[in-house]
Amino acid sequence: MRSSWWKILCVALLFYTVIGGFLIPVPALRQLQETIRNLYFHVCMWFGMMILFTISVVYSIKYLRTLKFEYDLYARNFAGTGILMGILGYTTGAIWASYTWADPNNPAYASFGSIVREPKLIGAAMALLAYFAYLVLRSSITDLDKRARVSAVYNIFAYAMLFPSIWIVPRLLPSLHPGKEGNPALNFNDIDARMRMVFYPAVIGWTLLGVWITTLKIRFALLEEKKLAT
Amino acid sequence: MALFRKDLILELRQQYTLYGVLLYIASTVFVLYLAMGQPESETWNGLFWMTQLFICTNAVAKSFLQESRGRMIYFYSICNPVEFVLAKILYNLLLVAIMNLVNLVLFVSLMGDPTVSLLPFIGISFLGAAGLSLIFTMLAAIASKAMQQASLMAILGFPVIIPQLMLLMRLSKLAFAETFRAGVPVQVVLLLLALDLGVALLSVILFPFLWKD
Repeated sequence: MRSSWWKILCVALLFYTVIGGFLIPVPALRQLQETIRNLYFHVCMWFGMMILFTISVVYSIKYLRTLKFEYDLYARNFAGTGILMGILGYTTGAIWASYTWADPNNPAYASFGSIVREPKLIGAAMALLAYFAYLVLRSSITDLDKRARVSAVYNIFAYAMLFPSIWIVPRLLPSLHPGKEGNPALNFNDIDARMRMVFYPAVIGWTLLGVWITTLKIRFALLEEKKLAT
Repeated sequence: MALFRKDLILELRQQYTLYGVLLYIASTVFVLYLAMGQPESETWNGLFWMTQLFICTNAVAKSFLQESRGRMIYFYSICNPVEFVLAKILYNLLLVAIMNLVNLVLFVSLMGDPTVSLLPFIGISFLGAAGLSLIFTMLAAIASKAMQQASLMAILGFPVIIPQLMLLMRLSKLAFAETFRAGVPVQVVLLLLALDLGVALLSVILFPFLWKD
């Protein structure tokens, strides 16, 4: 049980998130009502995704500095889990949007077009596409050392370009999605005190879960390498 | 600098590639003209940036892909990577600026001029062309290390290029509106310039890692 305290913390926080998230009262806004509880899941996914991508880039930089093979493995697996969280973020967002944005008078798919055209969604899709491209790039180079180096360079480059696409550009365009004037979840005035009690632990919990999944994948990959080596 | 000159001389000697890209621009715009006639400003804008994007991919892609393996090893032995990538960046900037001019002239002459004032739009188009060429120079360097280079470059490039294109389209949309007379929105221009500078810096920092084979 290597460094298991944060795994216990992760489980505890997630239990708290799910139980508290569904039971603790929330302010009832006219548009959102109880769907605001999705904040504990949807927003956390995007936070987790950004944090995991950031960790991935840090390992890419570390790889380029030291050329140690494990760092490349770390970077790849953190990117993979980041993609997973991004997809989950879309899924939870789609559920949320189907209750708040979709026109109740029409079937849900009738509103699909206008939801897809949201600048925020497009920005996030670009981020995910860049990381899919990262995986494609990796698979197209057979030489291990070269693959690690080239993909680390692309990872850093794409990450640097991601910030404008996720944070700057959508804010310049009109959007239904909240968060045009700043970071809605980070701003203390935007979010109710009762919700903050659950939201921040939820972010930490989900991110820890992402890290946990990644460490398992990394350990598995390292074992596979070892088996290949012998 | 010598490398920059080499690329330039090579381009002038092997004119078929340059003419190839020029022909590509001409035929693209001509086909667009046949298909659309003289479109409204919004469509014009979209078409213009789309052609610009594809011209950039084609023109810049060959800057790294044309170098044979032997020649790369030769460069590796005579110069350091920062000089090399700077030469490539400068050369591509020049190349894409020329392409941009040709594209612009063809667009205005064939598909009409829907802008309120053409001069700022020319400035915007050069700004955009510079940004596109910077990003694609780096991506071409990355893609040249992998297999299926040309198609990989599109895969790698398009997600990365889209924020820049969105900013550019938004900026140039203003060139079609009356509000543009009040002056170019400085904020967006500065943002684009900062992005370009960042890309150039990143290329200089990251290229040495791609360099050694």
